[in-house]
Amino acid sequence: MTQLALVIDLNTCVGCHACVTSCKEWNTSGEAGPMVDRNPYGAEPTGTFFNRVQSFEVGEFPHTQTVHFPKSCLHCEDPPCVPVCPTGASYKRPEDGIVLVDYDKCIGCEYCSWACPYGAREIDEQQKVMKKCTLCVDRIYDESLPEQERKPVCVLSCPTSARIYGDIHDPESEAARAINESGGYQLMPEWSTSPANHYLPRRKVNIAIHEEDLQRADNPLRKEDRGPRAPTTRTTLDDSTSW
Amino acid sequence: MKPAISVLLLTTLIGAGQGLFLAYYSAEWLLLLNILPATQGDYGGEAAGLSFLLLAAGLAASFFHLGHPQRAWRAAAMWRTSWLSREVIALPVAMALILAYALMKLTQNDPVVFSLGSGIPLTLSMLAGFGAVLAVATLFVCTAMIYACLKFLRQWHSPLTVLNFLLMGCASGFTLATALAALSEDTRFDYFSGMAIMLTLAALLSRYASLSRNRRLRSPSSLQSAIGVHHPRIRQLAQGAMGGSFNTRAFIHGYGAALLRLVRRGFILLAFVAPVVLLLAAHPATPSIFVIAFALQYLGLLAERWYFFIEAEHPQNIYYQMIS
Ligand code: SF4
Ligand code: SF4
Repeated sequence: MTQLALVIDLNTCVGCHACVTSCKEWNTSGEAGPMVDRNPYGAEPTGTFFNRVQSFEVGEFPHTQTVHFPKSCLHCEDPPCVPVCPTGASYKRPEDGIVLVDYDKCIGCEYCSWACPYGAREIDEQQKVMKKCTLCVDRIYDESLPEQERKPVCVLSCPTSARIYGDIHDPESEAARAINESGGYQLMPEWSTSPANHYLPRRKVNIAIHEEDLQRADNPLRKEDRGPRAPTTRTTLDDSTSW
Repeated sequence: MKPAISVLLLTTLIGAGQGLFLAYYSAEWLLLLNILPATQGDYGGEAAGLSFLLLAAGLAASFFHLGHPQRAWRAAAMWRTSWLSREVIALPVAMALILAYALMKLTQNDPVVFSLGSGIPLTLSMLAGFGAVLAVATLFVCTAMIYACLKFLRQWHSPLTVLNFLLMGCASGFTLATALAALSEDTRFDYFSGMAIMLTLAALLSRYASLSRNRRLRSPSSLQSAIGVHHPRIRQLAQGAMGGSFNTRAFIHGYGAALLRLVRRGFILLAFVAPVVLLLAAHPATPSIFVIAFALQYLGLLAERWYFFIEAEHPQNIYYQMIS
């Protein structure tokens, strides 16, 4: 069974919000209608988003790291938000594991948002229906797009390639390999929702810097070295400088 | 969780309506079996009518909770998995049966269907009423399970939630029945008031049990498990929204501890202590006291339901450390 999902590398995410803006751009322009904002240019802008990036400071000054944390629907394999929906508007697609909301059936009762422990669902204030990440279901199968663009738009827009997309049930996929080889983990595993989206942990990167790297011992242009002197009796090639 | 006013009204109104029906219907059986003395005027039809109106008012209130009330009929679809869907079915069924019962009583168009062994005549309304009892019981369970089935809202995820909804609904219904009996000089007054006192005390006990259970609960989730960074010191710098979001508006109540303490004491006083005192102290000759007892209890139960929402801590709030 296919389970499409995202793997988000917290080690490379720089918190630039490119995924947030591209997600909003793609999904607000789609057939399903806009993702409405209130007060977009005022002091307290608020609106519907499928994806948000939060930032955390880990550790105590001066030994701190900033962790940027993109957050969206995790397309849980055992999604608690689906069985509670009274209308069947919320469903998990058997063919690819994407959890979707049928906006034409949703009555806006908000019950599914109570049942999602991650707070991944948002009611649209104007359309009064529940919205959440669709994994760009309207892109990934679109044959009018070149094949390399049939990916969620957040994945395409990420400048650091921190977002990997693929079938996590296919051990050969880039996503599954990232999970298996780079310690991919799930959020709040204690609720056994089995989120399909995984995160890759922060990794400590240590570079050994040797004295000669700083000194550039092997640099032929080293100022410190006495190189061959330019002949003083005849003009040189560029008539100005030489070793 | 932030309390949704329409849901507070829905659950308290239908609770009282269901309790009221159970009070009058059970009294009728006791009358039939000669356990209670015969009464001169029987206002069972009127009482069932009032019970129907309470359920209808609750249903009307619930529509204000929906973004698309015109599609509400769709909510009956997923009864196999969703307790909300089951409630959506049980409520109209209970209403229809209670209305049938009330109409048969009021129009006195109530043929005897068959007689029980010892010559007790069983009328059609009694049969409809029996169906209504089943529907009402189902409705109590469905309404409470909507909350109790959400496993990570641990304050709700307990059989005590179901017991509380049942006992509080019945208590307020019997208090209302006491007031009606006092107004109509019904001899079943003593039965109603005795039951109201016992049910209110039982509800107090079970609510107290859930309050102390909730005080001891510790969340298995933490910021560490929420973002998967295992360091004891994590501080949130940005929540991903400037002017708040649905997440900050719907789940985080932001009320201070002092107010919550006040509401908690207030609802214990209003919903449980005051009605019991009034029911014990007042004489059936002064029916207004019983109306006041019901009004106080209803207000108290509204406050209780408000507090019930406030008590539930949603794990998603962990992602909003800056304000939660
Ligand atoms: S993250 Fe929330 S909304 Fe998405 S599938 Fe899981 S429970 Fe449902
Ligand atoms: S808000 Fe919509 S999707 Fe969510 S439970 Fe209600 S009907 Fe289903």
